[in-house]
Amino acid sequence: MLNLLGDFIGELRAAGIPVSMSEHVDSARAMEAIDLSDRSLVKNSLAATLVKDGDHMPVFNTAFEVFFANRSLASVEEMLNAEDEDSDEMTREGAAGASGPGQSRGEGGGASSSMSAQELADLLFRALRDGNREALRQAANEAVTRYAGMEPGRPVGGTYYLYRTLRNLELDKLEERLSQVSLAPGESEDVLVQRLARDEARARVEMLKAEIEREIRERLVDDRGAQALAKSVRKPLPEDLDVMHANRDEMAQLERALRPLSRKLAVRLARRRRRRHRGPIDLRHTVRRSLSTGGVPIDLRFKPPRPAKPEIIVIADISGSVASFARFTLHLVHAISSQFSKVRSFVFVDGLDEVSRLFEGVDDPSEAVARINAEADVIAFDGHSDYGRAFLTFHERFADQITKRSTILILGDARNNYHQAHAEVIADLKYRARAVYWLNPEPTSYWDSGDSIVSQYAPYCDKVIECRTLRQLEAFVGELA
Amino acid sequence: MSALDPREELAQRLGLLHLPPLRFDSPRDVRERLAQHDYLSDDSIASVTFLADRLAKPILVEGPAGTGKTALAKAVADSIGARLIRLQCYEGLDESKALYEWNYRKQLLRIQAGRPEGSAEEWSHLEEDIFAEEFLLTRPLLEAITATDPVVLLIDEVDRVELETEALLLEILSEYQVSIPELGTVKAQQIPMVFLTSNNTRELSEALKRRCLYLYVGYPDVERERDIILSRVPGISTALAEQIAQVVRSLRMLDLKKAPSVSETLDWARTLVVLGREEIGEADATATLHILLKYQSDIERATKELLGRSKPVA
Repeated sequence: MLNLLGDFIGELRAAGIPVSMSEHVDSARAMEAIDLSDRSLVKNSLAATLVKDGDHMPVFNTAFEVFFANRSLASVEEMLNAEDEDSDEMTREGAAGASGPGQSRGEGGGASSSMSAQELADLLFRALRDGNREALRQAANEAVTRYAGMEPGRPVGGTYYLYRTLRNLELDKLEERLSQVSLAPGESEDVLVQRLARDEARARVEMLKAEIEREIRERLVDDRGAQALAKSVRKPLPEDLDVMHANRDEMAQLERALRPLSRKLAVRLARRRRRRHRGPIDLRHTVRRSLSTGGVPIDLRFKPPRPAKPEIIVIADISGSVASFARFTLHLVHAISSQFSKVRSFVFVDGLDEVSRLFEGVDDPSEAVARINAEADVIAFDGHSDYGRAFLTFHERFADQITKRSTILILGDARNNYHQAHAEVIADLKYRARAVYWLNPEPTSYWDSGDSIVSQYAPYCDKVIECRTLRQLEAFVGELA
Repeated sequence: MSALDPREELAQRLGLLHLPPLRFDSPRDVRERLAQHDYLSDDSIASVTFLADRLAKPILVEGPAGTGKTALAKAVADSIGARLIRLQCYEGLDESKALYEWNYRKQLLRIQAGRPEGSAEEWSHLEEDIFAEEFLLTRPLLEAITATDPVVLLIDEVDRVELETEALLLEILSEYQVSIPELGTVKAQQIPMVFLTSNNTRELSEALKRRCLYLYVGYPDVERERDIILSRVPGISTALAEQIAQVVRSLRMLDLKKAPSVSETLDWARTLVVLGREEIGEADATATLHILLKYQSDIERATKELLGRSKPVA
């Protein structure tokens, strides 16, 4: 157990969850105090001692499923098989294809199945309709055997298998059928009832998905061992995801992570500002006070603090490749706009438009950010980023409004599609502004490759920063205020 | 290998004569006893509460507002027959409000009362006297430590205090003791159960998290929410409770500013019972949605999504 625990914690650390030595000790003590045959108790105890952040739970869950997959389940499955002897033909077939600790389960699709596609669909449907977990497990098992087409020894994480299985099951149809069933004939015109039925159906299909995912994972663990698999299914924490290359699921995760992140940042900055409650010595007041002590300045008086609130000007490239990065940054900057005297936002592709108005009077920056794409007028010619032209436009129209109190943030990968750089514009902006920062969502090693011209602008920026994850972004914006 | 049981180890350090009895036999026991006090837990709540008792560690409960974090501490206190001592945190909380304070006026009185007997009284004697426990005002944390009857300590909304103030809690959380410079160290008379709650408005310090077991309490699933409604709202039918739970789940899936909490769900259920409804029609839903949702934009969105109407009927 201790070795297993050590490996497991190693995996958590590798995935980015900070586990301290004392937490390791706590988890070991917890394992001594509880009944190890109760899998959910083991899981909850490990979670309570090792994971101290709700956002880290999904990563913990994945790792747990991999490391503690069949070890404790083996005995449970044997029991199930025994029971299956007297149940009907179909379910036994399904269970036999999947179990037996020594047997390799990764055979090709459909070999051991006698069920037709229609039968399987019906089995699934019935299991979902009745909410019968046992039947669902059998059906998931069967579906994976039939459709996933798993090949032993391949170093994959199973997403492909999952995709293949789900595609063949036609979940949309299943969901539709489920939501129809639960509706009594007379009620179906009531919108609320329909909606509830649909949501219920969706929740059940999600259950099936989870079940199939678990099934595939267990087979993979059998095939390749926990540690190898853990490596291929390891997912970074939301704040460490590479914004540029996030897929749709990860994007949704990022969106979810962003709101609490910006709220926390705002709270932290506001508190920091409030605590700095002393300004420089107020000489006049101090001398006046000193009269009561015979001219000795015992009681020092301070001027109220005048926090320098910078004015922020964001100029963001919102062309396809870096759009999401720009969205996150705009969201974050506006979420803490109370920390700045003013925030103005400009977006560009090959034309440039001011979007500050979209953020005015909106409580939730994400609404405004969502409107940018539809409402900003940013395409002047062919819709390919042209940094040079955008900077020229900006300079022409707004340069006289840049003062020594303005901090300019430029967001983009500086991939200019071989247009002219017009770096002299940035040079002039730097001369006018307090500081010019360039945030680049690409890794440093890609800079200046292909049509990227970061180094032409870099000499005129106070700093060019690689900013690929929410964590980096948060750190930078926090420094700014 | 006989590593010392964490409770024994702590009891030795505190110098307790008897090892305090275990409060719960198993996670199932936790569940059943909490249920008797109308708190429906789930697997993770029961497991972590059980574990906290076994390891003698505080629990940090985190999750959205209104999911029963504070209620958990109350229910645990009720189920083990202990007194609940509550420290409500807020910005600007300091040790004189959380730990202890010297009763300055009483000390002053003592000094004045001592005077007429002549200046013969020795300063050192007086000093010893006025910094005695008699002149100490105990605040919740010290009270929980010095109590001899069974207590449950609840430190509510710990995310509201400043990062620096968190440090006040560290000694009590890991050692179950409080150091008072003039008096020395006050050790706990027992091992109290400690709950900390947080709404996650800011990151808590690593030091604090490390000392606690972590429990995330999210929104309950449909079945559990239905059971909660059934146990907390008298006179409600199972069908209605089920339907309420389903509507609330659908609402939580929408992208709202503030998702309905469990306590708001209960308010809604009570309202429907008072109105004498057996099932939720569209009209009732529209008319009472403001009990669940507190932002106008949320109400509009929910009306549109769930009821297929563009405008709420005012």
